[in-house]
Amino acid sequence: MTNAASSEIPRLELIGVNKTYPGVVANKDVSLKVRPGEIHALLGENGAGKSTLVKFIYGVQKADTGLMLWEGLEVQLANPNAARKLGIGMVFQHFSLFDAMTVEENIAVGISSELAKGDLSGRIRKVSAQYGLPLDPGRYVHTLSVGERQRIEVVRCLLQDPALLIMDEPTSVLTPQEVEELFKTLRRLSEEGVSILYISHKLEEIKKLCHTATIMRMGEVVAECTPNKETARSMAEIMMGDNLISPRRAHHRTDGEVRLKLEDLSAVSNHQHGTNLTSVNLRVHAGEVLGIAGIAGNGQRELMEVLTGETLADTAEAIMLDGTAIGRMDPIKRRQIGIGLVPEERFGHGAVAGMSLWENALLSGATRMKLLKKGFIKKEASNDFAEDIVKQFRVKTPGVGHAANSLSGGNLQKFIVGREIVQAPGVIVVLQPTWGVDAGSAASIRQSLIDMATRGAAVLVVSQDLEELFEISDRIAVISAGRMSDARATESITVEEIGLLMAGVGLDGNTVDVV
Amino acid sequence: MSVEWLIPAMLTIVTAATPLVFAAVGETVVEKAGVLNLGVEGMMIIGAIAAFAMAVTTGSEVLAIFSGAIAGMLMAFIFGVLCVYLQSNQVATGLALTIFGIGLSALIGHSYVGNTFVGLAKLDIPGISDIPIVGPLVFGHDALVYFSILSVASVAWFLKKTRGGLLVRAVGENHDAAHAIGYSVTLIRMGAILFGGAMAGIGGAYLSIAYTPLWVENMTAGRGWIALALVVFASWKPWRAFFGAYLFGGITIIQLYAQGMGVEVSAQFLSMLPYLATILVLVIISRDSAKSLLNAPACLGKNYHSSG
Repeated sequence: MTNAASSEIPRLELIGVNKTYPGVVANKDVSLKVRPGEIHALLGENGAGKSTLVKFIYGVQKADTGLMLWEGLEVQLANPNAARKLGIGMVFQHFSLFDAMTVEENIAVGISSELAKGDLSGRIRKVSAQYGLPLDPGRYVHTLSVGERQRIEVVRCLLQDPALLIMDEPTSVLTPQEVEELFKTLRRLSEEGVSILYISHKLEEIKKLCHTATIMRMGEVVAECTPNKETARSMAEIMMGDNLISPRRAHHRTDGEVRLKLEDLSAVSNHQHGTNLTSVNLRVHAGEVLGIAGIAGNGQRELMEVLTGETLADTAEAIMLDGTAIGRMDPIKRRQIGIGLVPEERFGHGAVAGMSLWENALLSGATRMKLLKKGFIKKEASNDFAEDIVKQFRVKTPGVGHAANSLSGGNLQKFIVGREIVQAPGVIVVLQPTWGVDAGSAASIRQSLIDMATRGAAVLVVSQDLEELFEISDRIAVISAGRMSDARATESITVEEIGLLMAGVGLDGNTVDVV
Repeated sequence: MSVEWLIPAMLTIVTAATPLVFAAVGETVVEKAGVLNLGVEGMMIIGAIAAFAMAVTTGSEVLAIFSGAIAGMLMAFIFGVLCVYLQSNQVATGLALTIFGIGLSALIGHSYVGNTFVGLAKLDIPGISDIPIVGPLVFGHDALVYFSILSVASVAWFLKKTRGGLLVRAVGENHDAAHAIGYSVTLIRMGAILFGGAMAGIGGAYLSIAYTPLWVENMTAGRGWIALALVVFASWKPWRAFFGAYLFGGITIIQLYAQGMGVEVSAQFLSMLPYLATILVLVIISRDSAKSLLNAPACLGKNYHSSG
């Protein structure tokens, strides 16, 4: 935007947007201005109404009342195609991807037919190289990791030369280096005059990247601010009102006995394009939180599967749980002995989408919580168990009889993590504990993991969110290409070192655990 | 083995396979869009009676084929309105459609029992069609046989190479994502269902105006169900469905000839063969879960509820 006069007109302006669902006010009199070339943060907890607002901007949903102005002119978007025609692109948080199709086909579906013509795969390669988002157009999506899937969404948008780019929680699955690359991309786009509406709850990122921020709470705009003039704390306070808690961690805990031990654990991946685990050694002690960092697709999924018992280890002794060799046991036996497991995918692994909360609670808690009587379900006890989880972890739901897929992602995650914690296992393994979860819920999930360790459990957290790992871990190890680095005390390792380990530098051969 | 019976046997295999090809290819598109229409049998038999009635009344082959296609489409339209717009259960609705089709066709067909029709004309190119073996096998069929091959090729090309095909697959794979991107799930599905209906109708028409040009109650005799099995058998690939149809047609006809030649195997065992073969192949292809995951439309049989 070289014309000074035109920069006076906001690229996007919302005036008095209202949207009510049966029983819930999702947006109440929301107004918002995004100027050309501005990176504008939209900040708020889960359920604050960000998604509803964005759906309105992108033409997915209509508002009850309210105006949308594009370059100063009123527009009414019938559908996302109309939004894309105006120049609005969107990267979804819950990816709008098609598993059984290739990367190229996924991108072709999401762009206009004129754009999809010609050498699309060549252009995909070009854009992905240009913006540091490596993608192979011929790969099938179901073989890709979460991180790689997100790149498809980003590239899909960039191919359309958008004037406004909406990004919904874009960095939750990226490594620090990848985040830096993305920010470079976004800053360059902003310099080229592209406006960016950046939805996130990572306050440090917003401070670093965004020019202005609109903060929402309970469907209303509660503040507008300039992020680099605020502190993360002050923004968090506005966002959450008085719900704010930051995790407390007892430092310099002495190590207890080893509760979970992986000894020379190797596993061949069941997945096409998966990563084999090679001779992984790891000791998790009572009373500690051990964090495993790594880029998506480096063996985390395989590690989780071999720990849960979805795939069996080659020898029983490869996995020792409180002195018992569990490497060849099925998941139920492992749970009985005392391991709690929180997989990455909420649906399919963590919960059954169409079943009620109490049924989902029963599925993992049946043996440990004694919810069965001669093969029959103890409905009342199961209900109490589920209600206990809902209460302790402040899961927002009308009742435990409601289906798991009626909960928002963050709420369901609280429920799934809570379900394992309430069973009080001696060892808990959690993959991506706070993915797609808002700041308030994430803080409470992290706190409860720390509390578990304090009570003497061994906690193993696999995450791509380094901030999170530094916040809660006593020691951190890095997984790269199926190999595990030494675990080191959190105080003695830097983000740069982890970044190098993630990229596979300095991992050759030294896989012995040093306590 | 002598050639005298081989050539006619192969010709009958083609005619036995063609109705299956039509129905299976149509259903492939429907299922690729995420809709499971178990009413294939019903749409086929309505197509059969509509085509036969038209053929007897007007004597026109072309009108008969069109009337079969339109009748199949009308049946599919009922199914589509119920399942896509009114969100009824696809399995129950499809079963009901089959039962309805069989009953309605018997009612309509009552007055046509005993009528005959000359049957579809075979292609006859002087000189070429008379070449021994190759002539009758390649150039001696009726127009619908060629049309069935053309339809397989077109559908395979459509699904794989065109944007329309991409949208059909997208809707069947993840209807929520397709909606979020901005496509009308209902319209695309409705289109696929109508296409499937038309193809099933033509398949039925082939039975009553070419395979056995007369009307017998319940004359589809389970071919709609075979077509449904073929779609899975073919892991939703049009060309595989085509070969499956010929394999099935082949086993059906060969067992007839084997019985005719007095092979010492019980007739019941031989008539069982085609179905046994289908089950066997289904077992074999389901062994590789990664591959079947790739081909089965993820939203197959799930209704789409548009929210907001």
